[in-house]
Amino acid sequence: MGGVLLRGFGWRHAGRRAWAVRGVDLQIEAGERVLLLGPSGAGKSTLLSALAGLLPEDSGEQEGTVEIDGLDPRKGRERVGVVFQDPETQLVMARCGDDVAFGLENRGVPADEIWPRVDEALHRVGFPYPRDRHTAALSGGEQQRLALAGALALRPALLLLDEPTANLDPAGADLVRHAVASALDADTTLILVEHRVAEALPLVDRVVVLEPGGGVRADGTPEAVFAAHGAALAAEGVWVPGHPIARRTATTSPGELLLTADRLGLPPRLGHIDLTVRAGEALAVRGPNGAGKSTLALLLGGLLRPGSGRVTASPELADAHHRTPPHRWRAPVLARRIGSVFQDPEHQFVTSTVFDELALGPRRTGQPEATVTETVAGLLDRLRLTRLAAANPYTLSGGEARRLSVATALATAPRLLICDEPTFGQDRRTWRELVDLFADLRDAGHGVVTVTHDADFVAALADRTVTLRPASDHN
Amino acid sequence: MDNTTNRWRTIDIVVASVIAVAFGVIFWAWGLVWSATEGAFAFFPPAQTLLYGVWLMPAVIGGLVIRKPGAALYCETVAAVLSALLGSQWAGTVIPQGIVQGIGAELAFAAFRYRSFRLPTAVFAGALTGLSAALFDFFVWNVDYALTDYRIPYALLTIVSATVIAGFGGWLLTKALANTGVLDRFPAGRNRALI
Amino acid sequence: MISIEPVAAPDAPLARRNPVAKVAAALAFSFTLLATLDPVAPAIAIAIELAVLPLFGIRYRVLARRAWPLLLSAAGILVTLVLFAADRSGRVLLDAGPVLVSTGVLLTALGLVLRVFAVALPGVIVFATTDPTDLADALIQNAKAPARFAIGALAAFRLVPLLGQEWQMISMARRARGVDAGRNPLAKLRLFASTAFALLVGAIRRGTRLAVAMDARGFDAGTPRTVARRQRFTRADTLLILGAVVLAAAALGTSVALGTFRPLIS
Ligand SMILES: Nc1ncnc2c1ncn2[C@@H]1O[C@H](COP(=O)(O)OP(=O)(O)OP(=O)(O)O)[C@@H](O)[C@H]1O
Ligand SMILES: Nc1ncnc2c1ncn2[C@@H]1O[C@H](COP(=O)(O)OP(=O)(O)OP(=O)(O)O)[C@@H](O)[C@H]1O
Ligand SMILES: [Mg+2]
Ligand SMILES: [Mg+2]
Repeated sequence: MGGVLLRGFGWRHAGRRAWAVRGVDLQIEAGERVLLLGPSGAGKSTLLSALAGLLPEDSGEQEGTVEIDGLDPRKGRERVGVVFQDPETQLVMARCGDDVAFGLENRGVPADEIWPRVDEALHRVGFPYPRDRHTAALSGGEQQRLALAGALALRPALLLLDEPTANLDPAGADLVRHAVASALDADTTLILVEHRVAEALPLVDRVVVLEPGGGVRADGTPEAVFAAHGAALAAEGVWVPGHPIARRTATTSPGELLLTADRLGLPPRLGHIDLTVRAGEALAVRGPNGAGKSTLALLLGGLLRPGSGRVTASPELADAHHRTPPHRWRAPVLARRIGSVFQDPEHQFVTSTVFDELALGPRRTGQPEATVTETVAGLLDRLRLTRLAAANPYTLSGGEARRLSVATALATAPRLLICDEPTFGQDRRTWRELVDLFADLRDAGHGVVTVTHDADFVAALADRTVTLRPASDHN
Repeated sequence: MDNTTNRWRTIDIVVASVIAVAFGVIFWAWGLVWSATEGAFAFFPPAQTLLYGVWLMPAVIGGLVIRKPGAALYCETVAAVLSALLGSQWAGTVIPQGIVQGIGAELAFAAFRYRSFRLPTAVFAGALTGLSAALFDFFVWNVDYALTDYRIPYALLTIVSATVIAGFGGWLLTKALANTGVLDRFPAGRNRALI
Repeated sequence: MISIEPVAAPDAPLARRNPVAKVAAALAFSFTLLATLDPVAPAIAIAIELAVLPLFGIRYRVLARRAWPLLLSAAGILVTLVLFAADRSGRVLLDAGPVLVSTGVLLTALGLVLRVFAVALPGVIVFATTDPTDLADALIQNAKAPARFAIGALAAFRLVPLLGQEWQMISMARRARGVDAGRNPLAKLRLFASTAFALLVGAIRRGTRLAVAMDARGFDAGTPRTVARRQRFTRADTLLILGAVVLAAAALGTSVALGTFRPLIS
């Protein structure tokens, strides 16, 4: 049970000219553990949705066939469990236990069997709270584990996971991977999408690489695939193990002071912290999920009013405005000096096309239209979004949306750039591009603050690291 | 029309509910941002009727987006239940009031047999939901006020406001929503240019 | 922050009753009272409501916090009546153009204000003690509401606090990109409208994804649903509804007996 057969499969989203995936021929036997790879935008998430029977006929155009145990996935949904990248949109009920029970109720499982199965599923993923805990009170990692429990409770023959550990701290990611490994039965088929290959390899016995233009680029055991195509795949953007990326060390030593935080805090989201940011310096902020990193980023970015302490901008950064704290500045003053990239890219989009999104900042800060067009075209090209200039930001793939949100902050070339998780969900090529972009900015005398769980990114770019204590230590 | 197209899909149910809920949150935010003007309205209530139409928008938009029998009624009712849960000052009584208001818009869409969703239909739906709202208030809340000086002008203003804001405004809003691409899975969102 | 969680002690004798029974009782009580315009019946009703409050596990302070907007409506009623009362009989206390205050006007105002409180409070009490999940469960199991619709609406309700946060996020995103309104009220209105629009778009997008996630877990697959959480409708629940009707009728009856009763439609 849980075998997959794709013949010449292709899908084109409504409103798009290009096919998201095309010409995929693939057979997966029951019980196989497959890692699905490919550069950002190659169509991995689209393919998973198709397998889960979640591409409604009215939302695009299909080519070829998909079958799960010989059935159309839209008919055979009870065989499949899915966990998407964004756990928040997958939770249906207000209480954790009810949420896991939701799928069981839908399948008509007898009432007296439901709660034992809920408890078992929660236990298998190591969920630490009682059933009546509210889902809104969970951190990202806990939500992810709950979503996994919801899928496992249905005892699926085929389990589909789309970047299940994005946005988790290393310990949380380990826990989720552990949960997956120990929760799978021997005959459960697994298809996993994950950019960071090294971490995912212990879970899988087969690797399939999608070709962006269409078709399957490589297929086989991890060793075979990486031995035969390793270097080529790495160049195309796949995170092949054993192909490290060179560090970009700062070319100059840190310059003038830009921003100071004195005993800055916002209880209960963030305890007190002291911090300085200098020009020509890349500062990394790390810490476990829920430690308050995003809160800190918003405070430094002048977007939240501090609950305690203060943020001071130096005259170097703020000119005449250095006497008032950034959160009191008028928006155009702020946007020209401090750029912010939010953790969830979709929170950041303001307009309805990729082009307008990039042009908004420069236009608001009063640049002439010719300069605006030039800046935008440069950024689109560098982050490989030119093809999508007219697309709606909300229809982009996970990686594309992340790139766009970083680019919007780069567009006004602010002296200080504050980015929350700028590299999650990125393929290797874009990742390098981002490191280079940030490094170039830093070397040109800008300050760069990045909040990140990505140890490779810290190793490749950061000059200095600040680590926040876990939330339980706040007082 | 056959049964399969009249049956509500999951997405119809959830999005209709979400439209109602989002309006609930927007009303709440309005209260936060404009608490000052809200106070002002309380001291001269007839002016409040000018904005009455805003409260009736979920009915018209629900009907225009979902395009299924019962959509207008469902949206307005869910919005009413939500405001009761959020602790609106009218609490439980908004629920029957919401139902009455929803029936108005519902009748308009039914009059076109759920086949026309163009501007005239929307305006008609706005007018009818305004009429039902006005009737409810006329008999339930406003009995003790002067007939010609207050009750009749109040009712007429409600209908005008509903026609303009809920009807015409609801139609404009639905078009704007379609342009953003979020309605791609609904008939209202089809026929956009390819990218 | 907005939240739709109940604010009362969940094990109070009446808070524990079936949600459908509570809503039905509140509606029955309120609508019986709508039938009169006099001050006496609502005054008795308010006394009853305040007396049963402890049985619902709500503290008076909590009720006051939830019900304070009613004071605004009360002020509104007073102003409107002074300007537009139908009945301006009685001794004139103040006469300045359209503003006419007489004892008759004040009596009517008192009746209307008490009526607003009396009619609204049962709803405030019931919804302050009711969890949305329980309400949906009870609607399905005890009131034969269609499960797909009740659960769909419930799933959307879960988004309420999230949408409140989203409002903040959208505002911050705009600010980060150089968009703000300053002190210009017109620009403020425009910014409000565009933020509200963005919220609506975001909410619909979330709803679309939520529907997909629900379908992924077999919602609407055609299999008959089972229920994990049983809601029982017992004799105590029937008694609650009956009690509400009897008490409201008693309030009306007292008013009739005292000769103060003024029917809504006369
Ligand atoms: N709902 C949608 N509407 C229109 N186009 C879409 C939609 N979802 C995805 N696309 C497009 O389809 C292509 C493939 O997207 P998909 O999300 O499958 O990529 P992916 O391989 O998962 O990428 P990533 O690694 O960045 O998540 C992208 O170009 C994307 O812009
Ligand atoms: N808008 C909000 N209102 C109330 N509490 C919040 C809000 N946003 C976050 N929190 C809480 O504040 C704490 C810190 O959140 P924050 O998002 O800053 O953490 P983080 O370090 O960025 O975590 P992650 O690594 O998961 O992104 C968490 O416990 C979170 O639940
Ligand atoms: Mg993806
Ligand atoms: Mg964060």
